[in-house]
Amino acid sequence: MRRLFATLCCYVAASLTSVYANEPIEVDADPATVAAVSSPPLSATMVETEEPVSVAGLLINLTEVKLSKALPVLKQLEILGGLDMLPMFKGMLEGDLYFVKASKEVVIISTVDGELTAQGVLSKKQLADVSKSQLKKIRVNNKLRGFLKQAIARLHISHPDSDKRLAAVQTLLTHLSDDTIATLIAARVNEADEDVQAMIDLALALYQADSKDPAERLIAVNIMADSLEGDARNKLVKLAENDTDTQVKVAAAKALKQINEKIEFYGFIDQLFFGLSLGSVLLLAAIGLAITFGVMGVINMAHGEMIMLGAYTTYVVQLMMPNAIEYSLWVAIPLAFVVSGCVGILIERGVIRHLHGRPLETLLATFGISLILQQLVRTVFSPLNRQVASPEWMSGSLEINPILSLTLNRLYILAFALLVFGLLLIILRKTSLGLNVRAVSQNRDMAKAMGIRTDWVDAMTFGLGSGIAGIAGVALSQLTNVGPNLGQAYIIDSFMVVVFGGVGNLWGTLVAAFSLGIANKFLEPVTGAVLASIFVLIFIILFIQKRPKGLFPQKGRAAE
Amino acid sequence: MNQLMRFSRLHGDSKVAPFVAILVILTLLASMGNLLMPEDSAFYVSTYTITLLGKYLCYAMLALAVDVIWGYCGILSLGHGAFFALGGYAMGMYLMRQIGDRGVYGNPELPDFMVFLNWTELPWFWQGMDQFWFAMLMVLLVPGILAFVFGWLAFRSRVTGVYLSIMTQALTYALLLAFFRNEMGFGGNNGLTDFKDILGFDLQADTTRVTLFAITALLLAVILVVSHKILQSRMGKVIVAIRDGESRARFIGYRTERFKVWLFVYSALIAGIAGALYVPQVGIINPGEFSPLNSIEMVIWVAVGGRGTLIGAIVGALLVNFAKTKFTAIMPDGWLFALGALFVFVTLYLPQGLMGLYQKMVNKRRSGGGDNDARPADDKVDTAPAIKGGDA
Repeated sequence: MRRLFATLCCYVAASLTSVYANEPIEVDADPATVAAVSSPPLSATMVETEEPVSVAGLLINLTEVKLSKALPVLKQLEILGGLDMLPMFKGMLEGDLYFVKASKEVVIISTVDGELTAQGVLSKKQLADVSKSQLKKIRVNNKLRGFLKQAIARLHISHPDSDKRLAAVQTLLTHLSDDTIATLIAARVNEADEDVQAMIDLALALYQADSKDPAERLIAVNIMADSLEGDARNKLVKLAENDTDTQVKVAAAKALKQINEKIEFYGFIDQLFFGLSLGSVLLLAAIGLAITFGVMGVINMAHGEMIMLGAYTTYVVQLMMPNAIEYSLWVAIPLAFVVSGCVGILIERGVIRHLHGRPLETLLATFGISLILQQLVRTVFSPLNRQVASPEWMSGSLEINPILSLTLNRLYILAFALLVFGLLLIILRKTSLGLNVRAVSQNRDMAKAMGIRTDWVDAMTFGLGSGIAGIAGVALSQLTNVGPNLGQAYIIDSFMVVVFGGVGNLWGTLVAAFSLGIANKFLEPVTGAVLASIFVLIFIILFIQKRPKGLFPQKGRAAE
Repeated sequence: MNQLMRFSRLHGDSKVAPFVAILVILTLLASMGNLLMPEDSAFYVSTYTITLLGKYLCYAMLALAVDVIWGYCGILSLGHGAFFALGGYAMGMYLMRQIGDRGVYGNPELPDFMVFLNWTELPWFWQGMDQFWFAMLMVLLVPGILAFVFGWLAFRSRVTGVYLSIMTQALTYALLLAFFRNEMGFGGNNGLTDFKDILGFDLQADTTRVTLFAITALLLAVILVVSHKILQSRMGKVIVAIRDGESRARFIGYRTERFKVWLFVYSALIAGIAGALYVPQVGIINPGEFSPLNSIEMVIWVAVGGRGTLIGAIVGALLVNFAKTKFTAIMPDGWLFALGALFVFVTLYLPQGLMGLYQKMVNKRRSGGGDNDARPADDKVDTAPAIKGGDA
């Protein structure tokens, strides 16, 4: 590593001129005077001939040159302006760079509260009352954009934030020019962060891989072998195919194999994560059903609609507090539990209670309720899907390496599902309600004889199961759009989970949810999403043949 | 008393013969109204009405299929839409092949959607579907075999009650997903449509429409009578015994799963025939017919009419669908509310359906109207065994 660094230092020492170390040249800050001084305006050819030039002069130049001639001007601006040019480059990349037609002042525009504001690049002052008609856009093309990205990255290398530096070096990997390497070498000396160091070394290795000396190429290959960056891999593929030196060729092939194995491994982890994520959603959706089915032996076909109600609660909460989306979920979770739980209790008291001992009729009646709830939501909120915003802390992803990144919202929902599961387990094990629920689910008549108010337990169980479905809705609203049909898709899946896991067994539900989720996600790339779910359905139909009571059947006489 | 009631319902006290007579007469009147009356006559029945009636009768046949299995054997199938749609698809494939080179792409061999998908030859399962007899065989075989395999797997391992219901729903859901795929070779999302003629008769012609309607009515009558005979027979008695106490029937020595499988297959065959009659009249079959909502709607037709009565299923299907047609025309958004409320209302307050209500009124009149005590008791004992059969 050290050796590579040394060789590279010599390699580009000549090009490592003082420009990068220099402070930006002091310029006259008043654009009006600049404009006055430098008229008649500089032409594009003058930029190449006339040196030294000022930043202000270059900026005016930029407003006049043709698109094809703008690159040299930008290059000079980068050298002369240094870090001061960062906002301008960013603005130009975004297409927000304009100039005032009259004064030729270059400005960055932005729209704040629907009002157009323009800030002078040099003056840093807000211009008063500008309208779009007074401005003209400074055009960019893809070539310029490429340069701008690189330039921004080069300027970012000295950013105090190590993440920014890392990202900057990563951007530079795709196009390594001599001056980029010079910048990198200079940055490497002062770099304290290990990740950034490694990334810079990789960049240098990528550069060195084009060296004429096979020995140096070999060193570069060895460095690249540890990296998962796509650029390194592409380079290795090229080396393994075309390199003149067999030793390098073999080393590159070996490195490539190593990398591919790693990619496969991380791909596996990625699939596993998606499987777990689907499993956590299934768990949240199914666990409420598992309790109600376990205790009362009836299927609540409106269970999916409880999920939907939870999701819509989240939507309404966000409508009520548009300025505090960050905290909306903390309000939505208990509220969704209450809303869905209350609706659940209402359904139990109003309908299911009267159909006691008639599970098939219960199924039909609750299906009717689900139709009514869906249509109600369609009438109140419109049949269109609603977008629920994700709070800042839930968006983004956890990047483990260039191949594997886990999206935060899925990660949080996985943790949340486990938390809900744990809480439910505690409720059922440690509270008197839990004791009653377990007693009723094991033997209703006996529990009644012992003085347990089974009516009350039924209502509470139903409320609890529905409330958890509501919470599941909050979680789902973070993954998909919220619509009237949101819950419908989950009733069959949830029931499959309950059947697979065994009725009245929470651990069974957990195992079943995750195994079905993972199985689905691993089948998907092989068979496609639709066939994968069909296969899972067929598997469960066959599974019931062997074990009609699920993976973890309830034991004892009461089970029959 | 209660035993006697149920016995009488299974035997002599049936209204099948008068019902068939009414059905045949009405069919004849409607057909003549369309074909013989001039268009401005008050007795003229429009072709639209004929097609609509034909559609209702297909639904009635489907309801009959559900009733045979649910009302008499306590097996609540939420997947009968699958058998219906499979029968429909078999018929649709035949009609598709009859289009020949009159399709948009003018390919004599391949249906339009296959040309569109750049397929070069007919998939194996489309072979022979241009023969009417073969297609009709498939109308019976495909739903029958599916029902046999599913039933054999399910009943042998004693999957009953809500488990079985959800499994059947999963079955139709899986088929829904599968038929939506273009690769399946059944026209994907759009299904099969744009039919031209059947056995050489133009599908748009009034005479063809009336004939199809009459055939549907006739077959419905035949199936009604056959089902009635089957359920009156010894086998029918065992089936009712299974509904009311499966374990007891098994201990007596009957292989209950065999009875259930054959009844399930019989019911699936009826559903398949209904689907095959439905497609030429409606002119399209698409995967939407597999949707679980459709299947569960059929159950409510039966519940409204009164399960375990055969005629009730037909009456329920006709009434609910008539209401649906009227309702969706007046206030489209309200229909799902009404349907949902119907589910709740019927299960809560009308467990025996309209036929039960009718029976009760007849009984009341017979016993002079003062017999208030007997009614609730009847109600309870009448429903309870049926439930146990489904639950055990």
